[in-house]
Amino acid sequence: MVLLREYRGKEILRKFGVPVPPGKVVRSGEEAAKALAAGEVPVPCVVKAQVLAGGRGKAGFVKLVNTAPEAVQAVEGMVGKEFKGETVREVLLTTKADIARELYLSITLDRSSRKPLLMASAQGGMEIEALPAEKLLKLPIHPLTGLVAYEKRAVSKAFDLPPAAAKDLDRIMDSLWAIFEKEDAELVEINPLALVGDRLLALDAKVILEDDAMFRHTDFQQEHGELSPLEQKAHDKGIAFVEIGGDIGVLANGAGLTMATLDVLYQEGGRPGIFLDLGGTDDPKKVVEAFLMMTEAKPKVVFINIFGGVTRCDTVATGLVEALKQAKPDFPLVARIRGNNEKEGVQILRAAGIGSYTDLAEAARNVVALEQGKSIAPPPAAAVAAGGAP
Amino acid sequence: MSILVDGKTRVLVQGITGHQGTNHTRGMKAFGSNVVAGVTPGKGGTQVEGVPVFDTVREAVQATHPTATCIFVPAPYTRDAFYEAVDAGLPLAVIITEHVPFHDMLKMLYYGKLHGTRIIGPNCPGLATPGGAKVGIIPNVVFKPGRVGVVSRSGTLTYEMVAGLTAAGFGQSTCVGLGGDPVNGTTFIDTLKLFHEDPATDMVVMVGEIGGVAEEEAAEYIGSSFGKPVVSYIAGRSAPPGKRMGHAGAIIDRGRGTAESKVKALEKAGAKVAKFPYDVPRLVESSLKELR
Repeated sequence: MVLLREYRGKEILRKFGVPVPPGKVVRSGEEAAKALAAGEVPVPCVVKAQVLAGGRGKAGFVKLVNTAPEAVQAVEGMVGKEFKGETVREVLLTTKADIARELYLSITLDRSSRKPLLMASAQGGMEIEALPAEKLLKLPIHPLTGLVAYEKRAVSKAFDLPPAAAKDLDRIMDSLWAIFEKEDAELVEINPLALVGDRLLALDAKVILEDDAMFRHTDFQQEHGELSPLEQKAHDKGIAFVEIGGDIGVLANGAGLTMATLDVLYQEGGRPGIFLDLGGTDDPKKVVEAFLMMTEAKPKVVFINIFGGVTRCDTVATGLVEALKQAKPDFPLVARIRGNNEKEGVQILRAAGIGSYTDLAEAARNVVALEQGKSIAPPPAAAVAAGGAP
Repeated sequence: MSILVDGKTRVLVQGITGHQGTNHTRGMKAFGSNVVAGVTPGKGGTQVEGVPVFDTVREAVQATHPTATCIFVPAPYTRDAFYEAVDAGLPLAVIITEHVPFHDMLKMLYYGKLHGTRIIGPNCPGLATPGGAKVGIIPNVVFKPGRVGVVSRSGTLTYEMVAGLTAAGFGQSTCVGLGGDPVNGTTFIDTLKLFHEDPATDMVVMVGEIGGVAEEEAAEYIGSSFGKPVVSYIAGRSAPPGKRMGHAGAIIDRGRGTAESKVKALEKAGAKVAKFPYDVPRLVESSLKELR
């Protein structure tokens, strides 16, 4: 998913006609001072750190200030600070709004009904999760019809707004739907949608775009606040890579098998720490890249657990042997490769001195033994020879 | 009998001249599937693995009468390929392609429903009836004909589970890989209903994973209406908590979607839940004993 920071979310809202308060993004106190002196943002104003995680208000990363020097000080207090693992680099200065009421409005995918879902609440603001279910209006949108007028009327009725604001709301709902569809969003959320005077204004924006649709939106760059540098590198190469604290590296294919491998390793008393999901590939170069990346993460032992469907076992084996030549790792390796072209794959590995296990529990036990510094017996030859090509 | 595909299934392969299309056409034929035609625009008149290739689905349908299509077309073109299959009247589309935008999938799903085309997938390994037909990419070596139905949300883990059943001597009626995307064409419940009606299926192995609420919903159906034993495995019991999907996602799930909640729901519904993949055959054995 492509998470957008508030100000970029607001740019999209603005582009689709949603009223958003004026603002200016700055990267230092100096830039803030200049913008304030030029009158780009009048004081009093709101200073908001541009981070992806929620809960920044409570942590002091959103501040209301009355004077320019206070604003500059607030910016300087935020830039370079860390919030939930993300360093603040940009700060939004935006005009202060005189809020009469705070509403909530969003559209997201409801996996359960397999439809987009419009959610609305007359109680917006902080912590929408804490809202009781009956305070939240949920309207499924049929993908073939789009948002229809009677559904908008239901929201309008629940909000009970002055006439001018009700008109705004109607347009804003159309805009949200247009953003959701045309920008391929996973989530478009305005919280709060504020009633200011008798008009509506989007005071915050959370927009998440769908990774898989980025071929239609080359203008968006990825923003991943929560990825480690290695995770980011893997993402750029189309490999799913997750680091948690532990010292077994797992190279598997497919999310389900990767998770099952993790379950089994924990059961055997191991501490898996690095997961690399090859996905479906039949390019040995991708295997080499993945393995080199694994080497960078410095695991104590690596478990290769592949069940080939799209991925062919001989491809994985060829890539693996090549990677070992390049990386010359100082950690031991346990392999279990099964599925399409299994015989060929096992033979390639065996020629390079690597045995392959058939039994998952047995392979996992040996991985954990190696992690704990014990030595293991090689897989039995019968197990190596078992299975076959399709 | 079986569900969805059998020896009479006539398979069309869309994207047959691509690398994956060609490889898996070979695999399907080796399995015994009757692959009657392929489609790749611009490659009409050629052959792949002895299968005639057409420019359009309509031409392929007129000449060879397929009853199911297997789609390998790249994600940006998957939607169009699917619409072409629906408009040509194909009742079953198995979409192997990964990274199909869910926005496309939503439209495909309801367009298919309007015109009577069922989707398996996307981002799935397809399905197979051992001794009948395979439409997809599951390695042939894992199967054995029998009476256990398998339905799974995962790809490679499906292979693992089916291979485990086969090694323990439990053959399968039909194995269905639903795919791991947020929007599936066919759900656990859809598949369970088919297994419920199938006299050749004695019981079902259901393989789930953390995230979403499909397993919990399936559990409700199993508890209330499914008349056969179910053994389940949920992958990801020990997975670190996922990255949060913004406020809206959290609201929809409301605490559901964890391995714990899935296991609990399934056990409450009377299913036997395996802690590890290799525990499944043993639980299948005891379920079948109880049946007798």
